[in-house]
Amino acid sequence: MSNSFRTTNSTGLINKDKKINFTFNGTIYHGYEGDTLASALIANGVHLVGRSFKYHRPRGFLGVGVEEPNAMVQLHDGNKSEPNIIATEVELVEGLKAKSQNCWPSVQFDIGEINNVLNRFFPAGFYYKTFMWPKSFWMKIYEPFIRKAAGMGKAPLLPDPDRYEHNYEHCDVLVVGSGPSGLASALAAAKNGARVILAEDKPNFGGSLLTDEVTIGNMSGKEWASDTISQLKSMPNVILKKRSQVFGYYDHNMTVMIERVSDHIENPSKYTPRQRLHYIRAGEVIVSTGSIERPISFGNNDRPGIVLASAAKEYMKVYETLVGKKPIIFTNNDTAYSTALEFIKNDIEPIIVDTRDSSNGELVKEVQQKGISIKFNSGIADTKGHLKINSAIIGKLDSSKESFISEETVECDCICMSGGWTPTVHLSSQAGNKLKFNDDIDAFVPDKKRQKETAIGAANGSFTLNQSLAEGFQVGFDLSNKFTDQNNPTNSPNSNEPSYEKHEKLWCMPLPSGKKPKRFIDFQNDVAVSDVELAIREGFRSIEHVKRYTTLGMAGDQGKTSNLNGLQYVSKIEKKIVPEVGHTTFRPPYTPVTIGAIVGREVGNHYLPTRKSPIHTWHEENNAVFVAAGLWQRPRYYPRGSEDMNSAVNREAANVRKNVGICDVTTLGKIDIKGPDAPEFLNRVYTNAWLKLPVGKARYGLMLREDGMVFDDGTTSRLSENHFHMTTTTAQAANVLSHLEYYLQVVWPDLDVNVLSTTEQWSGIAVAGPKSRDLLSKLFPDVDMSNEGLPFMGLVDSSIDSIKARIYRISFSGELAYEVNVESNYGLYIWKKIMEEGQSFDIQPYGTEALSTLRIEMGHVAGAELDGRTIPFDVGLNSMVSQKKDFIGKRSLSKDAFTESDRQTIVGLVPLDKKTKIPEGSHIIEDNSAVAPIPKLGHVSSSCWSVEYNNPFSIAIIKDGKNKIGKNLYAVSPLKDISIPVEVVSSHYVDPEGTRVRS
Amino acid sequence: MLEIKCPYCGKRSQNEFSYGGDATIKRPQLGDEISTEDWDNFVYYRDNPRGKHSELWHHVSGCRQWFKVSRDTATHEIFDTCKMNEDFNV
Repeated sequence: MSNSFRTTNSTGLINKDKKINFTFNGTIYHGYEGDTLASALIANGVHLVGRSFKYHRPRGFLGVGVEEPNAMVQLHDGNKSEPNIIATEVELVEGLKAKSQNCWPSVQFDIGEINNVLNRFFPAGFYYKTFMWPKSFWMKIYEPFIRKAAGMGKAPLLPDPDRYEHNYEHCDVLVVGSGPSGLASALAAAKNGARVILAEDKPNFGGSLLTDEVTIGNMSGKEWASDTISQLKSMPNVILKKRSQVFGYYDHNMTVMIERVSDHIENPSKYTPRQRLHYIRAGEVIVSTGSIERPISFGNNDRPGIVLASAAKEYMKVYETLVGKKPIIFTNNDTAYSTALEFIKNDIEPIIVDTRDSSNGELVKEVQQKGISIKFNSGIADTKGHLKINSAIIGKLDSSKESFISEETVECDCICMSGGWTPTVHLSSQAGNKLKFNDDIDAFVPDKKRQKETAIGAANGSFTLNQSLAEGFQVGFDLSNKFTDQNNPTNSPNSNEPSYEKHEKLWCMPLPSGKKPKRFIDFQNDVAVSDVELAIREGFRSIEHVKRYTTLGMAGDQGKTSNLNGLQYVSKIEKKIVPEVGHTTFRPPYTPVTIGAIVGREVGNHYLPTRKSPIHTWHEENNAVFVAAGLWQRPRYYPRGSEDMNSAVNREAANVRKNVGICDVTTLGKIDIKGPDAPEFLNRVYTNAWLKLPVGKARYGLMLREDGMVFDDGTTSRLSENHFHMTTTTAQAANVLSHLEYYLQVVWPDLDVNVLSTTEQWSGIAVAGPKSRDLLSKLFPDVDMSNEGLPFMGLVDSSIDSIKARIYRISFSGELAYEVNVESNYGLYIWKKIMEEGQSFDIQPYGTEALSTLRIEMGHVAGAELDGRTIPFDVGLNSMVSQKKDFIGKRSLSKDAFTESDRQTIVGLVPLDKKTKIPEGSHIIEDNSAVAPIPKLGHVSSSCWSVEYNNPFSIAIIKDGKNKIGKNLYAVSPLKDISIPVEVVSSHYVDPEGTRVRS
Repeated sequence: MLEIKCPYCGKRSQNEFSYGGDATIKRPQLGDEISTEDWDNFVYYRDNPRGKHSELWHHVSGCRQWFKVSRDTATHEIFDTCKMNEDFNV
């Protein structure tokens, strides 16, 4: 049995000296180097691969490459497991494991096949009809059932262990597909000096030249292909990529190509990526993607063993494999006769069924000369054989070809069908090309292009070799000349090929007498002729609607083999010509692409860049627990011993209130602002006045958006007459810079101001607490740290160990506090120095949690309050708004909605029991027993444990907040099912007069 | 992904830029009396044309300059780009 379906010739591209073992559904088989999983299985007589999507019908191989709709398998296991892989695209590699999908308990005996028996209950649109009633069944019964039944393979549950890379390429001419026209155009373009990329999906270049009996010049087609490839290989301006599928065509000639780098290698090196995604920006794209053979719809045309004639030929010629030994060739055109001749070469006499009345094509005559009789004017009506075809019912067609006159049963083990050829127009269509219908070939071809894209050869509907080569050489030269101007054309060599007679416009066979077998159009989505009929009967007219109702041409397959047959059938029922029916939209990706390749290296730690302060290593060494603040990693708290977060945070915050704390504030945004108009600019950007800020002083500033909402806040200081240092919140740093640049470059270009981010040039260290003055006096003995010498909002330059430092007297914690800024590289040194000197003052580091606690109980607003929905009035900052000058967003503040007195404003909340912490995001309501919908007064924005009063405290933004102070309300969180009685207090819970910061 | 010609740096991929909206909107002069309607038109209302559109882009991952782009919103064709103090040629 083993490899009993191999041919005896060795003219193909497999290496019979190298055996490769693989496992399919637990059985060990072998194939040879150069095989695909498909060719190796067929060589071993295995045609049953999987079960169909909807009816769980036994399915085998239809095609030989990307067009394969049926033969999807689950590859590998564990973390390498991958579902829905097309077996025709998998190169055989030692130890490969594959199994069937969509079947249980086995592919031979599948319980789900009951759907096939019950198929009259599963018509098109069945989901839309069946699961509508009763409504309550949806969540508990229908949805879980559909979820279980839907899909084919199983998604792996473990992280992908493989490495994927991204690559960016630029070229003058990208050629997609290496058949005769592709090779010709690549050669012509390259010889004319253009930078060329030639992409081929298969492991071998050559396309149809690998299987067609033709001559070019004095060489066979196959020889010419390999000769052309070696010429291209020797040219430095050419990149050749095989195993590479260009699957998407996006704007401005950006194409995306997936390269299978190491799937076919037995033991790839650790650093070889599995796949590589290439983003190629091409000056011109040549679409030489060839064509795909069309199936024919007839009764039970989906049994394992029924294949495309071209696929049968390629299995013989390239893979030295027979799809069967008792073949029937079923065709409406001449090309399938080359498959017949290939069988004859292997001493197998096929039965030939041709729907046409006659043909005088060269190949037809050649077959007849070999003594094979042809059943003209006939078609296949039905087939038999449960898991593999064993016979066909061949019928004689009547003159209208709408029914069979007589039927006979013929034994067979395969049917090789051909319904003619469909140009592969997916990429052109994706590029925005408006396709036109070509009556000669009964298919759509590219027409009006929107991008720099040119289809040639079979993809352009040019089905003869002569034409393909001529187009290839001409287009390759013309397009490359746009870039090189070398004017060096390459002439097309003479070629010889058989002549073909025209196909017949017949893609759907009549039903056999007295029976109604399913005649499939779309194999992947289990769409039969009857489904299309039903959709039209039910009133769906637009082809886009028919597509969605029946699922014809959807999913991973994108209608490669089914699209035109579907359209043709709709046009027949509707009695319209195909161009009137139109076609559906082709969407990327042309072939399924694994998510890993799309993600590339942007996984795990590489998902986003990580920003670390220069002091980061100290935090790590001192047991910091980190939290992400945008891209930054910031210390959240520093637990000691077995401390949990709450106790650590309370300890850190309390120590700031009692002694002194140190906090890394390097992450704050910093912007250097210079120029004679800098004060005027700040005056326009901030809501408060800036013209008269003295040199050596800092000021708190508030920025609005034009719509009046608070955008950002921070302190900005005047370093000299025309030089300011702005700080922003960590989160908005980048946005504030863009905002400033916008106003300087777009709105007020007359202002002479320059802005520059200096966030990464400065390291900032906050030193806060009643003992901070004493500590800093010790560190900077030269500086007068007294309240008069360095008052609140003052700044001074000094140094430690000859390292320049700028000391600001600013505070976020509400305590007496300073911020020491040094050049980034000295951040760690100075931090350590402060820690060392601070020991005698009981200094402790504090993280972002304690920082929040301190600012919340002081009523200082931050991101949770400045959430893009609050104006200064809402957050108690009306005093920051100048009445005297205009500034960004000011006009919005006088709009009606913004001047209502009962707007939601900031307040403090304390739970009545002084124990229960109020979750952030809780709703504030007045009446706990009210019936829904309960009017909502506002929400809790920030919560902490007040270390000053030793009870929970929250900031909330509630309707008419000022007049609610002293009242009792409820904070409710329906998600957590809690309701907490609270008292409304001032948001300035600690030191409302602000005496400490000025002490 | 679009390919945009920054007037300062040359052609770059779209992922280096951020979009900045309608380039023809003029901010009212500071200090001017503005009716609510005019202000709302400035802050909120934008045309959403199918076809040619003058718009602002910011070369954020490059030279950080704001500039003007004339783009077809339906086909994404870019007719021209220019600096803020220049006019389109096309």
